Amino acid sequence: MAFVQQSSPHAHNARPTSRVMLWVVIAALPGLLAQTLFFGWGNLINVVWCIAVALASEAAILGLRKKPVAFFLKDNTAAVTGLLLGLSLPQFAPLWVSAIAVISAIVVAKQLYGGLGSNPFNPAMVGYALVLISFPVAMTTNWAEPALLWKNAPGFGETLTTIASAKQTAVDAWTMATPLDEYKHKIARHTAEEVLRHPTFGNGIARGWEWVSAAFLAGGLLLLFLRIITWHIPAGFLAGLTIMSLAFGNNADQYAPVSLHLLAGGTMLGAFFIATDPVSAATSHQGKLIYGAGIGILIYLIRTWGNYPDAVAFSVLLMNFAVPFIDHYTPPRTYGHHKARRGITGRNQG
Amino acid sequence: MSQLWDFAGGVHPAENKHQSTARPIRTAGIPDHLVLPLQQHIGEPAEAIVTAGDRVLKGQKIADVTNGMGVPVHAPTSGIIENITDLPVPHPSGMNDRCITLRPDGEDQWLPLNPVSDYRKLDRDEVLAIIRDSGLSGMGGAGFPTNIKLRPPRDRKVSTLILNGAECEPYITADDMTMREKAEEVVAGLKVMAWILRPERCVIAIEDNKPEAAEAMRVATEGTQIQLAIIPTKYPSGGEKQLIQILTGMEVPSGGIPADIGVMCQNIGTAVAVSQAVFEGKPLISRIVTVTGEAVREPGNFEVLIGTPIEYLLEKAGLQADKANRLVLGGPMMGYTLKTTAVPVIKTSNCLIAATASELPAPPPEQPCIRCGECAEVCPMELLPQQLFWHSKASEFEKAEHLNLFDCIECGACSYVCPSSIPLVQYYRYAKGEIQVQKAEQLKSDRARERFEARQARLEREQQEKEQRRKDRAKAAAEAQSKKKAEAEKAATEGDATDERASKAALVEQALARKKSKVDATKAETAEPVREKPDIETLEKQLQQAQSKLETMQGMLDDAKTQQADNVDKLERAVAKNHDRVKRAEDALTDARNQQANQTESQSTE
Ligand code: SF4
Ligand code: SF4
Repeated sequence: MAFVQQSSPHAHNARPTSRVMLWVVIAALPGLLAQTLFFGWGNLINVVWCIAVALASEAAILGLRKKPVAFFLKDNTAAVTGLLLGLSLPQFAPLWVSAIAVISAIVVAKQLYGGLGSNPFNPAMVGYALVLISFPVAMTTNWAEPALLWKNAPGFGETLTTIASAKQTAVDAWTMATPLDEYKHKIARHTAEEVLRHPTFGNGIARGWEWVSAAFLAGGLLLLFLRIITWHIPAGFLAGLTIMSLAFGNNADQYAPVSLHLLAGGTMLGAFFIATDPVSAATSHQGKLIYGAGIGILIYLIRTWGNYPDAVAFSVLLMNFAVPFIDHYTPPRTYGHHKARRGITGRNQG
Repeated sequence: MSQLWDFAGGVHPAENKHQSTARPIRTAGIPDHLVLPLQQHIGEPAEAIVTAGDRVLKGQKIADVTNGMGVPVHAPTSGIIENITDLPVPHPSGMNDRCITLRPDGEDQWLPLNPVSDYRKLDRDEVLAIIRDSGLSGMGGAGFPTNIKLRPPRDRKVSTLILNGAECEPYITADDMTMREKAEEVVAGLKVMAWILRPERCVIAIEDNKPEAAEAMRVATEGTQIQLAIIPTKYPSGGEKQLIQILTGMEVPSGGIPADIGVMCQNIGTAVAVSQAVFEGKPLISRIVTVTGEAVREPGNFEVLIGTPIEYLLEKAGLQADKANRLVLGGPMMGYTLKTTAVPVIKTSNCLIAATASELPAPPPEQPCIRCGECAEVCPMELLPQQLFWHSKASEFEKAEHLNLFDCIECGACSYVCPSSIPLVQYYRYAKGEIQVQKAEQLKSDRARERFEARQARLEREQQEKEQRRKDRAKAAAEAQSKKKAEAEKAATEGDATDERASKAALVEQALARKKSKVDATKAETAEPVREKPDIETLEKQLQQAQSKLETMQGMLDDAKTQQADNVDKLERAVAKNHDRVKRAEDALTDARNQQANQTESQSTE
């Protein structure tokens, strides 16, 4: 009789990466739905397009690198990168801009660094930052006016042709800056009350945006519930941002209030879906808290004193830089040791 | 109930225990041959004390360890020794080892037994001797000789004695069924161990998925001081370190043993064996083994003679050979696969799983690590499994070791949850093995270099000494010559009367000069203090001291090795150092003796 020879453990109960990624997609659907409801077809088209480009470019580069294409495509990680970009890009971002974002995310930020698991930076955010720097106009003016789908919104076909055409001027009538941008630019000359009268803000915090944020929060809670992510990064992220905006922004006539920071930008999407990308995040619980808090703090700094309206991408990338450093200083204390061993020097201290 | 603590991480694999608890413990019976490996525990292998053709009785000692740590092996039934040769034994590597094959004669005739009715009347050492002579070694995991474990170092008082009935591995129910059916024996054995150790607290720990066993133990411990701890079901709560944490909130220091914090764990099966050894005088010749898996028709627990071929045991449980895909000895989390059914049951075998392909499917192909951190989440030792994996894979063993690789208990929880199905434990085993090989080589080369240098230095020294002696002699001869000449002249002038006295004085002077120059020479040559005064007696004493020190270190090293303690390499270095010390002392002694011989020689020649 010949028996299978195998190393222990013989039982496995892993949720394969492909299934984890599938859950991420599912958890992002409420947010996508809310975006579509409140801002029109733009994001939906973006998402489909970005996923398609992501899969195509992943397949192409895997082929070039002589890796098993089907094996890696099945892990769904490229699809998630495409999805995240589709969700974050402006609704009317031209197809070629999103394509550049996706291709640079997959080809440069992911595969050229060695593929899945080897990329030090969050691929989606590399793509986002790249197009934000390269095409600032396309990236800041193509945000849809909220609540369009049920109020003289451009139809699906119209949206599609707008996105597909290279001419960005066609959409002027339906676009505007994001609430955070709006607030930041107006508050220098107006009071908070005056600024908030702008239609972007509606009657609540930021028309449409608050619902989108709530939907991403719900999806994030689902991921937490499924134990696909742990609470540390989102908690650190939101706490960092909240504490910063409470500390500096208590005067609404000067800085955007905390409610806007949390609900009127990419905060929830960033906290639960983007910063939690395990490959480029810190690893230990303590490290994750620091990593998340760092992103939250940086977002506040960039939004308030920097030149970019939303700062998730830059903050995530900056903290990606810090990950080896954080990991180095936050190893857990192993059972039976007095203290954690930090770094590679100082042997025999455990 | 006493307070319980939690341990970090842990997983909840499917238990698969009910299959083997449906039937009471059955007796497997006597197979047509028994294979008894000479090494069934950590320590020195036993040496056969029978030869082929001998007839032995049931319970007769057939192999023993005379030198070093170990326990004897006994004949599980009466019969004829067929041969003593190398056969496959249960081992992860599938290796062969020395075994005694016994052909039972079917009479199952016991040796006269010497049960002890009141062990309290004996010395503790006498009871320990009984335990040793009964061939007891831990029946759970590694198989540490029980008598040695029950005698912790004098300064390490055991305040808590834990009987480990957690049995957290899926499938295994041997302890569960033992507790259900032999509760009295379990408690009796525990009482003997408690009497030896005099702990302040005795706890039996059982996972809460074994209510029947817990109830049986509750009844059996009624009216005693023994506590019962029903602990939450979570793998690996039965790991020694984890169990100690659950029950005491304390951690065993890295590289240390439980006795360092006043705790000792014993296995359920070991307790039963102690009871049988003391109260019935029976050596360890059988044990309870769970035989389960979907490829056997009648899974359950068997009382199996040690040495029973697994083939026979599987037959008893109704093996469906066409269905069996994987044979695991031990549990699915930490057990290892067997290549063949020809290996025997040994003292540490607690479970045998004949699994079908769908039951324990082959893991999907390995994918890249996505740093998801699941592995760190479940690691009970709070390690960073993914970092250990990176470093092991990249052969950066130094870094892996620095991240406490050697604290990994190889529980497999990390591999169990890894979404990329990376065989993490396999990487750790590889890294540990490599590091040990490297260390051994390092040690060997260090030792060789030191020896070479010492030899080199000695040769040089000897050369110098020779040279010096030659010079001295030449000088002395020249002096004597000139003196003689002078004396002859003097005698010629002063007459014969003074002649005799003068020549005597000259001789004395000569001898003194010779001695002085010799002492000077030795002083100049060597900085070693032992050499300043080549006093043979002191040197002998030094050598003796060094030798005894070496012996103690060696003993400590052996102990540490068997416990797989982490200070092994430190001790290894210490042993090496003491080796050299002994060598130096020996050298010094021989040198001194040579010198003395030289001295007398040179004195007698002149
Ligand atoms: S569980 Fe596997 S994939 Fe996840 S971090 Fe650990 S080794 Fe990497
Ligand atoms: S096998 Fe080692 S690293 Fe993995 S979970 Fe167990 S102790 Fe931790």
